[in-house]
Amino acid sequence: MQNVLQQIGIENYIYLSTLLFCIGIFGVLFRRNAIVMFMSIEIMLNAVNLLLVVFSTYHQDASGQVFVFFSMAVAAAEVAVGLAILVGIYRNIHSIDIDKLKNLKG
Amino acid sequence: MLTTVFYILSAITLATAFLTILTKNPIHSAIYLVICFFSIAGHYLLFNAQFLAVVHIIVYSGAIMILLLFTIMLMNLNKEDERHKSGLTIIAAVASFCLVAFVLLAAFLKSMPIIEEYYVSGEDYQSIKVLGQVLLDEKNGFMIPFEFASVLLLVSMIGAVLLSKKEEKISL
Repeated sequence: MQNVLQQIGIENYIYLSTLLFCIGIFGVLFRRNAIVMFMSIEIMLNAVNLLLVVFSTYHQDASGQVFVFFSMAVAAAEVAVGLAILVGIYRNIHSIDIDKLKNLKG
Repeated sequence: MLTTVFYILSAITLATAFLTILTKNPIHSAIYLVICFFSIAGHYLLFNAQFLAVVHIIVYSGAIMILLLFTIMLMNLNKEDERHKSGLTIIAAVASFCLVAFVLLAAFLKSMPIIEEYYVSGEDYQSIKVLGQVLLDEKNGFMIPFEFASVLLLVSMIGAVLLSKKEEKISL
């Protein structure tokens, strides 16, 4: 059986997930639309999941993949609650621009 | 062959992730994000991790993206109404992106793998059969975290319903 890591190398996958994670950070800092910030958080979670699968293949151990499964469950729960909070915010201030969320500033 | 597939998939992943952030319209962002998720599922398939690829497509491209798209459409956000950002914000975001990428890549470029010769044992460790045994084995498996994940999903479902329920007027 040909293994993908023998041909591509683990370094390339590490660089790919690093760049994907940095793109997620960039999105959180750059955009002010709260939904797009959520999408950036999803990109970051996916970068980490990808690296977990890579190392699970590297060590030829199934535990990493089971951990990715749990991380997906947590991501689904996070998105459900986060979007409910966003709907609540939209109902109150009729916008989800995070620059307008200044009520707690005093 | 595999190398070419890897480079094409990586290019799609990175490009669509960037487009997700850079497009003004949230619906276009969501569609680019779906393409990004599909290419990540392609990476999983490249590793022969069939279970995770299928679960990834179902959970991310299916459930999470539909939830996001429904929210975008319910809030009527499918127009480009983001005000012009100040130059300082853009400079700060780009600078921090470049710095984080530089630091992480510099750290990983110098690192060496602990296993010098990589070999394949040929053992089956990621088919659905083996994963199910690892996940649901009572002695040294992940049985209890699995149960707790179901509790977490139930609690988050109740929380989402409670949060998005219309508030009634509180009479004090």
